[in-house]
Amino acid sequence: MSEPIVVCEKLCVDRDGAPVLKGLTLSVHKGDFLAVLGPNGGGKTTLLKVMLGLIQPTSGTVTVFGGPPGATTGRIGYVPQSLQFDRTFPISVREVVLMGRLSKSRLFRRYGREDRAKADEAMEITGLTALASRRIGALSGGELQRVLIARALAGDPDLLLLDEPTASVDPEMKTTIYDLLDRLKADHTIVLVTHDTGTIAHHVSRIACLNCTLDMHEEGSTLGRTSLESLYGYPVDIVEHRAPSAPPTSSTPSGHRHA
Amino acid sequence: MPDFLHYEFMRNALLAAILSSIACGIIGSYVVVRKIGFISGGIAHTAFGGIGLGYYLGLNPLVGIIPFSLAAAIGIGLLTRKARISEDTAIGAFWAAGMSIGVILIGLTPGYAPNLFSYLFGNILTVPTSDLWLITLLDLLIGLMVFALNKEFLAVSFDEEYARISGLKTLALDLLMLCLIALTVVIMVRVVGIVMVIALLTIPAAVARSYSSSLPRMMAIAALLSIVFSIAGLWLSWVFDLASGATIILIASVVFLVNAILKIRGSRQATC
Repeated sequence: MSEPIVVCEKLCVDRDGAPVLKGLTLSVHKGDFLAVLGPNGGGKTTLLKVMLGLIQPTSGTVTVFGGPPGATTGRIGYVPQSLQFDRTFPISVREVVLMGRLSKSRLFRRYGREDRAKADEAMEITGLTALASRRIGALSGGELQRVLIARALAGDPDLLLLDEPTASVDPEMKTTIYDLLDRLKADHTIVLVTHDTGTIAHHVSRIACLNCTLDMHEEGSTLGRTSLESLYGYPVDIVEHRAPSAPPTSSTPSGHRHA
Repeated sequence: MPDFLHYEFMRNALLAAILSSIACGIIGSYVVVRKIGFISGGIAHTAFGGIGLGYYLGLNPLVGIIPFSLAAAIGIGLLTRKARISEDTAIGAFWAAGMSIGVILIGLTPGYAPNLFSYLFGNILTVPTSDLWLITLLDLLIGLMVFALNKEFLAVSFDEEYARISGLKTLALDLLMLCLIALTVVIMVRVVGIVMVIALLTIPAAVARSYSSSLPRMMAIAALLSIVFSIAGLWLSWVFDLASGATIILIASVVFLVNAILKIRGSRQATC
């Protein structure tokens, strides 16, 4: 089995006295593309923020790259929800993407040649080169989302954490973003929080259903209508979790892996 | 040379207008994009305690303001971020406490407190040369800090969470920024007084934002606007014998309103 990158054991998080995560045990391994599904308030974003060291667990342990979360600055690329941003902020696409180099640069120093090269590369991968000088207020939802992905990529991360990257984009752009993630999964470990129960199954290697507690589904298993309906509490699309026309390879673990 | 420049107080007033506008454009832009105008107002009003201290100890009130406004900046910053006290509560507490200390100290000072009105509402026509030196020094300090830390300040302003996970000491950067606001308050007191500082910190930057594609450009435009407002206010107050601080603020407010109305009409045309 490949090296574990994130390990959560019996993770509990309370926010303002109410439990958000209840005894979560989960591991993310190198090369995984894990989707975390679940209703709003189910703790998906909280889980990502615990991995980032932004929220302290109430009990249980979390290790990221073998150390405490937050100590691994620069190895994680984080893509927050795009709706939280102030679109009137006078900042260009390039300036936002360069922010991804903060963890690699020094205090009091300007961004250097390498930083600019990495930012340019990230903008090229995400198809933003032509928009580099544009103010973020002039972007569409999908473009801003790609800016946030480019920012995460500019820091050369090993692990990508994405919080609902398709929440505010139109269906066409959704496909573009999933295609992008498909390319990125070759050399990144990815954890994706999403509501796209229908589409993600074709892209990811594992699915975690999170509603305070966790239910894992490995590749090849079918996530039945009943389990998803009980997760969301209302009817949802069936998720058939099977890699499309992919021959069974040795890279995907065959045994049932405990999350 | 225009005739009014023959007077030393007029030359000092013009210099004060230009020097204070530089700090006001730079720091005001951060205040506006971070939406921390109310904190800035709190810091400014707490500084009244410093004016009282200055009178009580017989010092230059401007020197008394420095420790008070810095203490307010750090106090409000720490209380809201560390003690889980909501921001408006912390601001309100400091605001009132600072003012009450000022009132008590002025009351304890024997005799009449001269020029008290000018510290509350500004009087750009009475800036002594020694204060110009202090203002220049603070301007340089603010400019250097922002120049050295511009990428860090941009990051915490745009996305504090991302700055934190990138390993920046966001609490220290936040407190530093609040301290720079506090120093800007000291600079502005001579021009518009502590009661109206908040207007010159926010209005030029808010107008500049409509015409800026980047934060440095916003700072430059805001500084220029602030210079225009200050000099226009100074001129009108000279010609019509009005209170200079209030005239400056009134001009700024009128420009702000006109700009807002133009923007409303612009966006309506765009949607048609």
